Amino acid sequence: MSLLSVVELSTHYKSAGGTLRAVDDVSLTVETGETVALVGESGCGKSTLGKTLLRLVDPTSGSITFQGRDITALGQQELRATRRSIQMIFQDPFASLNPRHSIRDILTAPLKVHGAGDRAERRRRVEDMIDRVGLPREALDRYPHEFSGGQRQRIGIARALILAPQLVVCDEPVSALDLSIQAQILNLLVDMKKDLGLSYFFISHDLSVVRYFADRVLVMYLGKIVESADVAELWASPKHPYTRALMEAVPDPEKRKQAAPITGDLPSPENVLAGCRFHPRCPLATDICRSREPEFRELASGHRVACHHAA
Amino acid sequence: MLLEVDELSVRFPAAEPVRKLSFSVEEGQTLAIVGESGSGKSLTALALMQLLPRSARIPNGKIRFAGHDLLTLSEREMRQVRGRDIGMIFQEPMTSLNPVLTIGAQIREVLRLHEGLSAKAAQARAVELLDLVRIPDPQRRVKDYPHQLSGGMRQRVMIAVAVACNPKLLIADEPTTALDVTIQAQVLDLIDQLRRKLSMAVILITHDLGVVGQWADNVVVMYAGRKVEEALPGSLLEQPLHPYTRGLLAASPRLNGGEHYRHTRLREIPGSIVSAVGEKGCPFRPRCPLARASCGEAVPVLRGAGANRLVACPFTDIGAEASRVAAVGR
Repeated sequence: MSLLSVVELSTHYKSAGGTLRAVDDVSLTVETGETVALVGESGCGKSTLGKTLLRLVDPTSGSITFQGRDITALGQQELRATRRSIQMIFQDPFASLNPRHSIRDILTAPLKVHGAGDRAERRRRVEDMIDRVGLPREALDRYPHEFSGGQRQRIGIARALILAPQLVVCDEPVSALDLSIQAQILNLLVDMKKDLGLSYFFISHDLSVVRYFADRVLVMYLGKIVESADVAELWASPKHPYTRALMEAVPDPEKRKQAAPITGDLPSPENVLAGCRFHPRCPLATDICRSREPEFRELASGHRVACHHAA
Repeated sequence: MLLEVDELSVRFPAAEPVRKLSFSVEEGQTLAIVGESGSGKSLTALALMQLLPRSARIPNGKIRFAGHDLLTLSEREMRQVRGRDIGMIFQEPMTSLNPVLTIGAQIREVLRLHEGLSAKAAQARAVELLDLVRIPDPQRRVKDYPHQLSGGMRQRVMIAVAVACNPKLLIADEPTTALDVTIQAQVLDLIDQLRRKLSMAVILITHDLGVVGQWADNVVVMYAGRKVEEALPGSLLEQPLHPYTRGLLAASPRLNGGEHYRHTRLREIPGSIVSAVGEKGCPFRPRCPLARASCGEAVPVLRGAGANRLVACPFTDIGAEASRVAAVGR
């Protein structure tokens, strides 16, 4: 049984211009101990998908099953137990830390809400967690503004892990950090995964980070998963033209002053195109791509692609 | 030499975020200034344009641009230089574009101010410029407001404004940091094409070493307000000399490197740039794996280390030996 299993999930928003299909018919699984990365450009729906998994946003249709329990339709009260087991780490920890609460209060609050342990036990867990994320104990009595970006992300990680979750949704956790700090935080996430037996759903736009950090990769374009594969397999033979374009667009000293790989912007997900969503930007597009939506086919074991021309 | 910056410092009442910085840019060349937040790279750009915040001053240094020392110009003369001789684009185009004016109006304003074009000529030139920065359907787009454009299109409009008067130098401060990777590639490619087409020089300020490797002709690495290394991009990336540059390269997961968390740990640079505050010796000393007692005594001088190459560390040979050992170990 998968830790998390998502079947035909859609999250649509009503807007003045019609319906925005932020997440459109997405199926995926996360196994225990696995890191699944979701890659895509801004506006492709990856953050909405992350929030939907935590039920911070309600899905329009489809199902989310966590540890064998269907959580798609649970009420807020019933969701509580699940919330303890699925936590989230955000891109900008500062925006998600209450500036008027000390770090000790910030880390103790989730334990209180979930009635975990007595006072002494909560204190012990908070101190254990601050040690684990590599901050001094004195940090507990200070406030968020006193910390640098990297330290704040450590606090964000401590808060997400304090309830001992099984699955952690990380939404661009290192994108706002300087390169020298990024490695510190990625190493910390790896340590935490090993020590605490975590599984990660890792949302990122940075392919270099994903290559290092993921076991399996999902590539998202305009609300759809267009390719999914094991990380080594994906790099060895990317099949979808969009995946290839993403890889080629990463700046690379080997490509001295070369022309840009794909043209055009990400179109608005409000105007759903007929056929394949990528066809206006795709170098391989033919008639069938403009009229028929490609199926999400399995081309090799565990390697699925939504493209008429992939082989 | 188009631009020569000599021992430039920027001082605030409580800090000196740029210290005795020297570099130069040749006509038509792209110089990359690389650094993390807090390195002083953006303040350097603002100092060149003399757009520093009011509380800042420039206690020493020279900025020679096309034969003039910009620091001796009056505000009135400097206004002529900005926009006409030196164009600038920023990370977030939405905050630099006026939301209540059409993009056409914003381009026309620059043209009328600096080139004295008539309204009609300015309008025609605005359409030409939008076409130059490859905005599709420029006749129609010229009437759009900034909010009607995507992030990548807005950055193109900013570029159109910046190059409207055919400047000799374009300063691009993290022009693609807020953009997606496919759009980033398009914008950097556009800047480089304009550099050739308009024979202008570019100062590209970035934190991305991949961008440096792909687009720069020469690179200055800054740390805590100082230049710590200068090199051609190829030698910088293949054989970084300063322990900071080495640390940065070792800390970045590589797209085609094959490192994976299951078997390789990323090499961290410990601590943060904050530790450089109040440091009397080398600003990188508190985080440096090679640091020794003498590093705390004085700021290391920049010394030549081969052709086109400067480094502010006396112990680079030891570092080279150490990284060779590490490479063999892997």
